[in-house]
Parts: sequence; C-alpha cells; structure tokens
Amino acid sequence: MKIICNGQEREVAPATTITGLIRELGLNPETVVAEHNGRVLAREEHEFILLDEGAVLELIRFVGGG
Amino acid sequence: MLTIAGKTFRSRLFGGTGKFSSPQVMKAALLASGAEMVTVALRRVDLDDPGDDIMRVLDRERFFFLPNTAGARDAGEAVRLARLARASGGGNWVKLEVTPDPRTLLPDPVGTLKATGELVKEGFVVLPYINADPILALRLQEAGAAAVMPLGAPIGTNKGLVTAFQLGIIISQAQVPVVVDAGIGAPSHAARAMEMGADAVLVNTAIAVAGDPVRMAAAFAKAVQAGREAFEAGLGAEREEAEASSPVGGLDFLR
Repeated sequence: MKIICNGQEREVAPATTITGLIRELGLNPETVVAEHNGRVLAREEHEFILLDEGAVLELIRFVGGG
Repeated sequence: MLTIAGKTFRSRLFGGTGKFSSPQVMKAALLASGAEMVTVALRRVDLDDPGDDIMRVLDRERFFFLPNTAGARDAGEAVRLARLARASGGGNWVKLEVTPDPRTLLPDPVGTLKATGELVKEGFVVLPYINADPILALRLQEAGAAAVMPLGAPIGTNKGLVTAFQLGIIISQAQVPVVVDAGIGAPSHAARAMEMGADAVLVNTAIAVAGDPVRMAAAFAKAVQAGREAFEAGLGAEREEAEASSPVGGLDFLR
C-alpha cells in the first residue's frame, strides 16, 4: 500500500507501524518524532499506530540551529 | 546565577548549533564556550541522507536543549513546530521565532504575541525572539513569557548592538530575564550587552563562522563573564567634562 512520507510517495507493507517504518528507513526511533495525518504523536504512540493506505506522515528531528 | 522559569544556569552565554563546519567542531566550540543552554532547530528528516543526525554528538546531560521555531512564518506554524519539539523529547521549553520575511528575518510582533499566549496556555516555557521593542517586551511578560530575547541586529549580520538604546529600556523595565539574541558579532558586543545589564546573550553565527570557532567560543565566554562582573561591580557614571584622575593640588613648586 502507498503512503506519503515527508512529501514522497512510498510503498509500505500492510500492518507497518510508525516505529517499523522509522527502523526500515534506517533512522533511530529515539530521535525522530512523527506527525501523522496532521497530528503530532508522542513518541510512545509510534509503535501502536498502524499506517493506513494514503496516510500522510512527517518524520522530523532536531538539527543545528540558532 | 541566572534563573529562568525556576531552572538555574551558571553560564550566561547561550550557544547555537547552526552553521558549524562539522558536528565535531560544534561540540568542541560549545564545550569551550561553557554554555549550558543550546538552541536547536527542527526539520523534516532528509530520507535521501538519513544518517545525518548531527545532534547525536551532544550529550543531553551536559547541554540543555532549547528548541527554536526558526522558519515559522506565522503563529500557527510556530505553535506546530513547538508541539513537535515537545513530542521529540525536547522538554517544554521553546525559543519562539515568527519571521515572515526571509530577507530580514525580523520577528512579527503580532504573531509572536499570539503564539506566546497559545503556547503558555499549553504549558510551554516560552522565550520569544523579538525586535528590541520595550512595549512588546512588557506585553509578552504579561502574556507569560519566561524571558524575552530582543535582537541586537538582524540574525546572522554580526553588526552588534544596533538597538542599544531600546535594549537599555527593555533591561530597565523587565521583570523576566532579558537574553540579547541575534546580531552579536564580536566578544566586545557581548561584553557590552552584559555591562548594560542583560541577563544573558545568545551567540551562534559569530562563533560558528569564526576562523577558529573553538578559540572564538572561549573568547566569548570571557567577554560575557567580564561584562557581567562589570555590571555587578557598578560602572562609573559618564560625564560631559574631564575630571582629573591625579590630584589637582600640590603643583605649587612648578609655578
């Protein structure tokens, strides 16, 4: 099924959790935060949310800034 | 000691983490600066270069992260970034930036006041970045801001305390800490802000783009400390006419 992750269309397996996708992308789940269909998630929620067809996901993290 | 929202800081120099040539240089410079509070930004992960997690080099026990809302063009975007920062485990502190004009990066006073009210209601500790506007500083204080962060000059310009006169009024009126942010380009600028009674200064660009960022960070640390000590010691008043430092009398033998 297809989702939109950080503005790009992406194919993910059914029953993929947000934590699962973060790991699949080679990212550290401890440092990434997700906005799922416009709602900011607490990090603890990532492993309990299954991605649906057409889900819009933003994966964000801290970068250098002043 | 500086206290903001009940948290104390030994260092009155806040660091930024942007524009460094490498994560290693950033870490060495921040350690040399003695800063405890460092600002960070939030951005979409670059899925084409996901290994680029530069914040991993900073020990979160050593450095207190102050997430900013840099890049937000209105109050709504800033609130959204602040919520993401809190969800990232960045705590509930936020350096609020609302900058509609990418050319000047000057902060929008109306949007900043609006977002401060919303974020305070949501339980955030809000440190708004503002133009050096004394009345706005008071309004933000009333709205629950934990500190105010007036600019010396626009972000990244290194022009120093262009707003010195207004900064003086803000400092004399504020009941919350005043952190001079943006435009500080040299240790002398930082020392002057501290001599004027600013509670702290935030320096990013001037350290990050210096020829030797680690030595420049150490120079800023000394300047901030010197300026603070001078403020606490009490500067002598300026005068319009000369006043001899040596005794006026005792020269009869010359005449």
